[in-house]
Amino acid sequence: MEVSGLNAWFGDHHVLRDVHMEAGEQTVTAIIGPSGCGKSTLIRCLNRMHEEVRGARVTGKVLFNGTDVYAPDTDPVEVRRRIGMVFQRPNPFPTMSVMENAVAGLKLGSRLSKSELRQRGEHDLRRAGLWGEVKDRLDQPGGRLSGGQQQRLCVARALAVEPEVLLMDEPASALDPSSTLRIEELVEELKDSVTVIIVTHNMQQAARIADWTTFMLNGEVVEADATEKIFTAPADQRTEDYVTGRFG
Amino acid sequence: MSDVAAPAFAPLSTGVSTGRKVKDRAFTAALWVCGGLAMLPLLFIATYVIERGVKALSLNFFLKSTGIPGQPGGGIAEAFVGTAIIVGIMTVIAVPLGILTAVYLSEYGRGWFAATVRFVAEILLSTPSIVAGAFIWAVLVVRLGAFSGFAAAIALCVLVWPIITRATEEVLRLVPQELREGALALGIPRWKVILRVVIPTAGAGIFTAVMLAMARGLGETAPVLLTALGNSFMSTNAFGPMDSLSLRVYTDAQSSYPLDQVQAWAGAFCLLLIVLGLSIGARVIAARQLRRMR
Repeated sequence: MEVSGLNAWFGDHHVLRDVHMEAGEQTVTAIIGPSGCGKSTLIRCLNRMHEEVRGARVTGKVLFNGTDVYAPDTDPVEVRRRIGMVFQRPNPFPTMSVMENAVAGLKLGSRLSKSELRQRGEHDLRRAGLWGEVKDRLDQPGGRLSGGQQQRLCVARALAVEPEVLLMDEPASALDPSSTLRIEELVEELKDSVTVIIVTHNMQQAARIADWTTFMLNGEVVEADATEKIFTAPADQRTEDYVTGRFG
Repeated sequence: MSDVAAPAFAPLSTGVSTGRKVKDRAFTAALWVCGGLAMLPLLFIATYVIERGVKALSLNFFLKSTGIPGQPGGGIAEAFVGTAIIVGIMTVIAVPLGILTAVYLSEYGRGWFAATVRFVAEILLSTPSIVAGAFIWAVLVVRLGAFSGFAAAIALCVLVWPIITRATEEVLRLVPQELREGALALGIPRWKVILRVVIPTAGAGIFTAVMLAMARGLGETAPVLLTALGNSFMSTNAFGPMDSLSLRVYTDAQSSYPLDQVQAWAGAFCLLLIVLGLSIGARVIAARQLRRMR
């Protein structure tokens, strides 16, 4: 994925200014920065979720496999199917069971038979590392799982539609440390099959799981480089100040 | 253990002053009285209607249509049938219309058109029901040249559509935005997100809105009087004059025959029972769905 000249607004509020960014296939890219720097907005622009907010506006290009996500003849539904997303707060569908949640995207977006759906559901719950914990309660409401389990259920749900890119918007910020660790392990495992772009306010998390890191400040990208470089020898003084904990 | 003294907490003060106790009691009592007062009217109405109405209830009352004036043995079967048909037609038309309008307002509606629709619904909501009846009389009854149950159903739609719309819009707005986004992010088209995620999540609330709207339609009298006219013979023809429960209560209450007056009480009792049943049913089903989601 490649982002160039991206600007985003909420009404008159200019949140992203001329953002450029790249994410290579089958890598993990972290976006870090202090609260309110626009990192969530940036990730939401990548699968056209930004426009779901009233008064939101975008200009610029987001290239996905060479085609512009914002081109007039691009279908946002297809964009979102191929670029999946996991949100900050776990959001399983309350009217659906664990299994129904896992296959919701397939059930409502494809014509698979019941047994195929079940198979795919099991496969993706396994990929999300949740199968062992929920295999005896597949028919219970998704909302009855713990927060960490709910978030992994959301990961399973996102994976089930086989996206090429998985966007994660601070997926662990509402979770306890052990659930956070599970999510991080999950990202490591997923790297072989999908491209992951993850927003995090936790620098250690970025350092642990990301191959590439982008540092944002006030709606602009300050620096983007290999994670190791960002955390050990940043080129920009502001990056150094942030990663060494001098502000933010 | 350690020789650092634990910090001493001041003991909780004991004994609340008498003045404060008295005030507390007085306000608590006042609140109980207010709560009781709110229930009083319903209690009075219910006992009065039951006391007077139950007497006239018999198998004939439900199964026979109007008999010879002043003679026992008649019933109001045609009123039950009429109400069922009128409210049935109303429900079939007003519920989909109301829900679709609500979906438009909550999921798509922006700008002046949505504002206008909302404004119109608001105005209709406070329109006196007799105005709706007179309007439908003018545009339907006069044009078609006949009083009809169908016209009554349309008049009730005018009254009930805004109720369903506003109540449904409210509960749709309560569905967390995160659920819509979660579903959209799976590459599910918007109409399917609304149909399969948003509406089911708000299901209990929508159901309650529909039940309450039906209860409202059931009890309306003036618009039915102006459009369905009333009919003391059994009729299942929705395009001819029809009787309804509320209408029958109204006409029987005005009758000079004591038997008819008792029948009016019995009809009122049945109306009360049905409305109560609808309200309780709505609540039970709503509670059950909420429990399933938790």
